[in-house]
Amino acid sequence: MVVPLPYVLGLSVALFTLGAIGVLIRRNILIILMCLEMMLNAVNLAFIGFADHFTAVDGQMFVFFVLTVAAAEVAVGLALVVAIYRRRATVYVDDLNILKW
Amino acid sequence: MIEYVWLIPVFPLVGFIINGLLGKRLSKELVGTIGATMVGLSFALTLAVFYEYVNLPVDARPVEVPVYTWIASGAFKASVAFLVDPLSLIMMLVVSGISFLIHIYSVGYMHDDPGFPRFFAYLNFFVFFMLTLVGANNFLMMFVGWEGVGLCSYLLIGYWYEKQSASDAGKKAFVVNRIGDFGFLLGIFLIFWTFNTINFREVFALAAKYPVGSGIITAITLFLFVGATGKSAQIPLYTWLPDAMEGPTPVSALIHAATMVTAGVYMVARCSALYTLAPLSMMVVAIIGALTAIFAASMGMAQFDIKRVLAYSTVSQLGYMFLACGVGAFTAGIFHLMTHAFFKALLFLGAGSISHAVAGELDMRKMGDLKKHIPITYWTFMIATLALCGIFPFAGFFSKDEILFHALVDGHLVYWGIATAAAFITAFYMFRAVFMVFYGESRVDPHVAHHIHESPRIMTIPLMLLAVGSAFAGLVGIPIIQGGHKFKEFLAPSIIYSAGHHEAHYPISFEVGLMLFSMLVAFAGIYTAYRMYLRRPELPEIIAQKYRLAYDLIYHKYYVDEIYDMAVVEPIKDTSTFLWTGVDNRVVDGAVNGTAGLVAWLSAHFRKLETGFLQNYALAVVLGVALIVGYLVGL
Repeated sequence: MVVPLPYVLGLSVALFTLGAIGVLIRRNILIILMCLEMMLNAVNLAFIGFADHFTAVDGQMFVFFVLTVAAAEVAVGLALVVAIYRRRATVYVDDLNILKW
Repeated sequence: MIEYVWLIPVFPLVGFIINGLLGKRLSKELVGTIGATMVGLSFALTLAVFYEYVNLPVDARPVEVPVYTWIASGAFKASVAFLVDPLSLIMMLVVSGISFLIHIYSVGYMHDDPGFPRFFAYLNFFVFFMLTLVGANNFLMMFVGWEGVGLCSYLLIGYWYEKQSASDAGKKAFVVNRIGDFGFLLGIFLIFWTFNTINFREVFALAAKYPVGSGIITAITLFLFVGATGKSAQIPLYTWLPDAMEGPTPVSALIHAATMVTAGVYMVARCSALYTLAPLSMMVVAIIGALTAIFAASMGMAQFDIKRVLAYSTVSQLGYMFLACGVGAFTAGIFHLMTHAFFKALLFLGAGSISHAVAGELDMRKMGDLKKHIPITYWTFMIATLALCGIFPFAGFFSKDEILFHALVDGHLVYWGIATAAAFITAFYMFRAVFMVFYGESRVDPHVAHHIHESPRIMTIPLMLLAVGSAFAGLVGIPIIQGGHKFKEFLAPSIIYSAGHHEAHYPISFEVGLMLFSMLVAFAGIYTAYRMYLRRPELPEIIAQKYRLAYDLIYHKYYVDEIYDMAVVEPIKDTSTFLWTGVDNRVVDGAVNGTAGLVAWLSAHFRKLETGFLQNYALAVVLGVALIVGYLVGL
């Protein structure tokens, strides 16, 4: 059975919003990175929904791109988190506010 | 030799470069030798050029020696080139000859001064510029020399710059000269604007086409004369010269008596072709000259500093020279310039020798009875004084009488009256100085009294040579006797009477009568000084008491310095202070500081946006995206 497009998009929007809120309000960088992944995957979900709806493969190809980029991003992001922890012994973004006036 | 005339100023320039750059590493003997030798070489070369020039056929004169083209821009052309003619030759001979003797004297006089190399470097530099000034063939090169001697004058007046009064005097000389130079420069601009050339001979040839009394020529000559009043210390710009006596005595002798201050007279004589076209300017020159002659002489009467007496005397004698030029007797002016260079340089060097004898004292009230202690200085000083007073047969007699004669026959009875009165005062104040210094009771400080000594030979020999000049230099211009006035004959080709000129002839008895009269006036001055300062030394004080007001006026130099201070210097200072604190500090600085302040104030508020919290930035990004997306979907 085919899930109707509005349902897919509704889930995607819900996931994206949750992720965005998580990015904005959580203090732990690891959680923020996870929320970012959630936003990316919400977008992926929207791509797949549209690809199915329009019966075009372009959307599915984009999903693979996004997955690749996300993997790379996580690798770099986690490396940064490790580096920050080694230096500052914290992973809370509230403690990393020296880049200001 | 004439084609090597450019070497004449180059020798002292080489001396300046060597002494200026390496002087501190060389011994004093070497520095002095280099300084004097370079000027001596100039003098020798000038003599050689002079000798060759007088042997040239008349139609080959005058000679222009181009060195190179300095500026060529459109119609404007200024070259470094020398004009060899009787006038420039006489000036070069006077400048290099007197400078040579003064350099030798300075080796002795400045011997214990720590700045010895600096002194000789400046002195050489001065001679370089002075020879450039008198050798130039165009107005611009003359102006270069004109400014250069002004610079050296400033450097040498303020030579002892640790002394406040000396550095102030240097500044004053420089600033007052600037006023004159400004006029001179305007004159040169006008000349180029009118004639399209600045070469002397071309200008004078073109000027002949203008009618007598033409406005533009009058303007040019008046502007040039403003320059002359500054450089030659005439009313109203004479105030710097008495103060210039703060410099070392050889400097006073060289720059402020014999050479630089005569540059104005030289310039007026050089421009005789222009001045004779402007009767109004001639009258101004004569009036200023006559007024300066009597005015400065009267101030010399009440001075006690021997160098200041001589300074006022110089101003007064320069007035005579301008008076001569003003009545059209340019040769008489230059003749007096030449004889004056000898005896005034001698008087100053003599004053230096006197102060050397009494431990640097210059106040005549602390001298007296020095005659037997320093006989050479006394005799040479006496010869120079007699020459200055115009006593036959010393040099000043011939030149001064010629001026008096021309003031009467070419000028006006008033000029002659003023000049004769000034001659009386001159004789009076010079013998006042002689009596106060060499005769009467010794008033020397007892600590100094038993150290009084004659100067070393290196100083007395130049004195004696100058004394020979002061005694005999006048013989080149013997009046009355036919063909006796060699000086005038030689100089005549350089003096151009554009408006026509006729040499008036008067009976010999008239000329002789005038001479006897002026001698009588001089003797009257001497006798008055004798009565007041030798026979009854208490008399001056009594007279001063009796005519308190007049005496105070003269003693304080008519308060001219004070008036200038009040009328010119203070208003300029006030305006400058206003421009500084009001305009510069508030308006200019205010605009700059205000801009910075505004930016700082805005930043103080805007920078609060940069919190450093990652999530604030993220929120801004999200809101931005929301806005853009909202706009795109047309919400």
